[in-house]
Amino acid sequence: MTTLTSRSLLDPAILLPAAKAAFVKLDPRQLVRNPVIFVTEVVAALVTLFFLRDLATGGNAVFSGQVAAWLWFTVLFATFAEAVAEGRGKAQADALRRTRSELTARRLTGGREETIAATELKVGDVVIVSAGDLIPGDGEVIEGIASVNESAVTGESAPVIRESGGDRSAVTGGTQVLSDVLKIRIAAAPGSSFVDRMIALIEGAERQRTPNEIALSILLSGLTLVFLIAVVTLWGLAGYSQTVLSVTVLSALLVTLIPTTIGGLLSAIGIAGMDRLVRFNVIATSGRAVEAAGDVDTLLLDKTGTITFGNRMASEFLPVAGVAESELASAALLASAADETPEGRSIVALATGSLGLAQPDARPDAVVPFSAETRLSGVDIGGRRLRKGAVDTVLRFAGIAVGDAPAEFARAVDGVARTGGTPLAVADGDRLLGIVHLKDVVKPGIKERFAALRAMGIRTVMVTGDNPVTAAAIASEAGVDDFLAEATPEHKLAYIRNEQKGGRLIAMCGDGTNDAPALAQADVGVAMQTGTQAAREAANMVDLDSSPTKLIEIVEIGKQLLMTRGSLTTFSIANDVAKYFAIIPALFVATYPGLSALNVMGLSSPQSAILSAVIFNALIIVALIPLALRGVSYRPVGAAALLRRNLLVYGVGGLALPFAGIRLVDLAVSALNLV
Amino acid sequence: MSVIGWLQLALLFLVMLALVKPLGLYMARALSGERTFLSPVLGPVERGFYAAAGVDPAREQGWLAYAFSLLAFSIAGFAALYAILRLQAFLPLNPQGFGGLAPHLAFNTAVSFVTNTNWQSYGGETTMSHFSQMAGLTVQNFVSAAAGIAVALALTRAFVRSGATALGNFWVDMTRATLHVLLPLAVVVALAFVLMGLPQTLAGSVAATTVEGAQQTIALGPIASQEAIKQLGTNGGGFLNVNAAHPFENPTALSNYLNIVAMLGVSAALVYAFGQMVGSRRQGWAFLAVTALFLIVGTGAVYWAETSGNPVLSALGVDPAMGNMEGKEVRFGQAMTAAYAAATTGLSDGGVNAMHGSLTPLGGLVPMFLMQLGEVLPGGVGSGLYGMVVFAILAVFVAGLMVGRTPELLGKKIEAREMKYAMLAVLILPLAILGFSAASAMLPFAVAGIGTGGPHGLSEILYAFTSAAGNNGSAFGGLTANTPWYNTTLGIAMLLGRFAYAVPVLAIAGSLAAKTRVPASAGTFPTDGPLFVGLLAGIIVILGGLQFFPALALGPIVEHFAMLAGQTF
Repeated sequence: MTTLTSRSLLDPAILLPAAKAAFVKLDPRQLVRNPVIFVTEVVAALVTLFFLRDLATGGNAVFSGQVAAWLWFTVLFATFAEAVAEGRGKAQADALRRTRSELTARRLTGGREETIAATELKVGDVVIVSAGDLIPGDGEVIEGIASVNESAVTGESAPVIRESGGDRSAVTGGTQVLSDVLKIRIAAAPGSSFVDRMIALIEGAERQRTPNEIALSILLSGLTLVFLIAVVTLWGLAGYSQTVLSVTVLSALLVTLIPTTIGGLLSAIGIAGMDRLVRFNVIATSGRAVEAAGDVDTLLLDKTGTITFGNRMASEFLPVAGVAESELASAALLASAADETPEGRSIVALATGSLGLAQPDARPDAVVPFSAETRLSGVDIGGRRLRKGAVDTVLRFAGIAVGDAPAEFARAVDGVARTGGTPLAVADGDRLLGIVHLKDVVKPGIKERFAALRAMGIRTVMVTGDNPVTAAAIASEAGVDDFLAEATPEHKLAYIRNEQKGGRLIAMCGDGTNDAPALAQADVGVAMQTGTQAAREAANMVDLDSSPTKLIEIVEIGKQLLMTRGSLTTFSIANDVAKYFAIIPALFVATYPGLSALNVMGLSSPQSAILSAVIFNALIIVALIPLALRGVSYRPVGAAALLRRNLLVYGVGGLALPFAGIRLVDLAVSALNLV
Repeated sequence: MSVIGWLQLALLFLVMLALVKPLGLYMARALSGERTFLSPVLGPVERGFYAAAGVDPAREQGWLAYAFSLLAFSIAGFAALYAILRLQAFLPLNPQGFGGLAPHLAFNTAVSFVTNTNWQSYGGETTMSHFSQMAGLTVQNFVSAAAGIAVALALTRAFVRSGATALGNFWVDMTRATLHVLLPLAVVVALAFVLMGLPQTLAGSVAATTVEGAQQTIALGPIASQEAIKQLGTNGGGFLNVNAAHPFENPTALSNYLNIVAMLGVSAALVYAFGQMVGSRRQGWAFLAVTALFLIVGTGAVYWAETSGNPVLSALGVDPAMGNMEGKEVRFGQAMTAAYAAATTGLSDGGVNAMHGSLTPLGGLVPMFLMQLGEVLPGGVGSGLYGMVVFAILAVFVAGLMVGRTPELLGKKIEAREMKYAMLAVLILPLAILGFSAASAMLPFAVAGIGTGGPHGLSEILYAFTSAAGNNGSAFGGLTANTPWYNTTLGIAMLLGRFAYAVPVLAIAGSLAAKTRVPASAGTFPTDGPLFVGLLAGIIVILGGLQFFPALALGPIVEHFAMLAGQTF
């Protein structure tokens, strides 16, 4: 991420248009949405007038001119920050937009086919798309099955299967059918399709301020007002002491005190947060959802694919008495040689891997494939009839009544079932050899991931269709905080509602149509791009990679967004202390020479001190643009530790840094004889 | 500075520490309407009041109704007090035959006592009849303090309740605070004061012939009882003009101790009660720790500044080892003067046992700064607690984002609505203090009221408006405030500081009460540890104090450097 950011930051393709856009954004009608920067612009205009007056009357135009120039720079740097953030999204949106230019559609009307522009399609129209065609709009497959290249949207080049009915019926406008023919019912009007929304979101055209951003803006506006009062009344208080303060110096004081740093970077931070999601191939339908992700208390995670690999894998051989483990293993290996199911492959892998058996080279005489009806598979080889399968069917195959099975065999079967595994019995003809323990294997590293989430205060809840015993076993192995066994969509919905009643925020992901109510109810609902249209409509985020673990990254991005705002706000406010020490002695030292004791930075002259503070204040915005776009680094260490660290870096750092910074600028200002 | 001085201060803080918990627990019970050992006596009285006033104690109010009740009660209290002061000449218990007060003085005084400020533009013993003192001022000393406690209670309930619209009943809260908390304490403290030698009589002044043969009028009256509630209710308005520096209000070092303990007691214990009621005593201690931090540093700073003395005086031959004793009472000394000064201004008490205008510039800066921090250390009864909560809301908002969550305080999410009202409240102090100070500094007839030229004069103006807007009531001395301009503007500043703050606080309470209380987790911003104490202190200094730095630079800070340079004005 870091290298990506720094490269694109220096990318002239983004910087040059952004520089141009920065000037366009100076329009006060636009800027008024950002009160802090708007006040800065008004003050800059005011000081410019005084500069012109100074020019005309022979006043100190060198000083007021420079102050005016740096005030304008402050505004420009703020608008530039926003433009850069937007520019990064625009490049992405342009690429998307190219895919949807000049699409045509073959619409079916009363059994007749007509070719029209895709923009004329209405919701409910039925279109035909055959191999090589681009799908003209979002919709649902009502007939046919085809492979579709969705790389235009997802960036993933491997084609996906789309078919009528079921959970793989949704198609996206702008994607290409590679094989076969689809009949599609259009579900979104032109201009409101998925790609259209994506473009709008990425460009920030539809960007609305999020609740937290609004609250922060209120705080910043309030602070601006407070400092406005402080500065305006200072004019009166100074009058008492026979000191006449010029508008130029009061303006300089005001702009350095109001929180221009966070004010200037606030919208850039929000846009960059959305942009960061896009880089993770997640599209959020609103900034509000990204923010909510940071607040999530409970993650509802599907077991299959997220917590476990989703396939049962052989983990151990449990022979009955009188049978060696290697005998059982080699029989299982032979029985699985022709078995291409994941379970079969995992038996081969276990036998040849950890037990070191050789791959069998003899060809079987006959292969008995697995079927749902027989629940049994195996081979006939060299007169041996090797079978593996569900315990009851294998016992029946071997001609053993369930009650007659050896006691230790029954114990092993129970033991495996209790730990959430599946026992697979193996028999050689009528001789029962033992069982293979098939296990739902938990992904490596997932337990640590959940521990990290717990440190962040986030509970993880595993959702599975398994029975409670199996679910409990996997839950404890994966280290989730809770599980929902035999979960139906109604269960999920009820669970979410119940958690929300306790004031918690819930995130979940899903793909099926039956997930839609729960996705809509959850505070953060992430739909898989491969999911149904209904799921995608109900969710407030869509994961283009369709990876269920993405939820964890989404939460981290949400937190990072909030942290960046908080850190820069703290930094901005802490900065004020040093600015006071720069400007207050400069304003009054002529009247009260004793106040030079407050000039702790040893700034060379009053005018240089004021100018240095203004320059520092403007430059710090530029210096922090990379941080605003990249985000404050996030580590899952718990709130107290995070706070301590950020408070130290941005609070104490924000207090100390400007003392050094203003001093340095002052050295430069006096070396260059600017005042 | 001396060991004895520091020991006196240490003992004071230990006494406070020991007092906070038992008193806080009692208050938490009494204010929630639970049974206490006083219930058998006071319960019937309380119910009698409700029956007489037609108040149904079970009927709770939303924030708007609560705010209207507070305002209606205060307006009625103002009208009654204004009438008493204007008509004083025709009312009983006026042994010295004082006339009615001028309209602007009556306005200022009535506002002052209704807002729990007790700014005194008048000299008590030469202006007020016993009736005015007892039926007018002392009544407000009780009920204005109780009204502050009521608002704090409403805010406390907002944290306790989930999805609620009601915040309690103002009339019930105010009655309970008066009857179960302030009245019993006042009786005890008043008796203790009598024991210590404070006069308690309905007689007028006594004429005496001094040793030199001059005639002197010695003011008397029901001083002990008024002194008790003056401190317990953090009112600060003295019976006598020089307040607790007068031997009749504060005769001994021991009575000085009781004065300080009494004024800190209810406010500090209320913070503890807050923790108890919201189910987090640690939160109460965290707020108290912030308070203690400022008070200890403030006391130490005044003590240091005063014992360091004044080089200008030393140059004139005053023994530098004595430090600065100008305006202080020898029986209290510098340490106890420092403690009193810090406590009376950290609180919104406003009584004084020394002339703050005679403190060294830095010694005078501390009380002024403590008031400008918003009177939250621990502030006026009730008002200090809700002021502290407003700062806590700002602190969790600014820094709470740094942990990557929407900020929460005690499980309540802090969002745009709370932020809006918190900023409205926070704006009031700079607006009233700096606005009126700057106006006064520009107006020749207002400048004419100051007692000393140069930066000290500006400090006098600044201190007056700081004291008024903070509902403190202490005076710097020097400023002639009994003029139509100051009486009116100070009155407006007091009203703004009280009601333009309390109403947004109630709005915040209304908004918070409606929210669901989110259970804490490892991801929650911890608001009861040392880190938060430091953070909150930092936010109070930066947000509460930074806005006043330029003004202070032109007043006490300049004066300090001028003093060091030997410059006089």
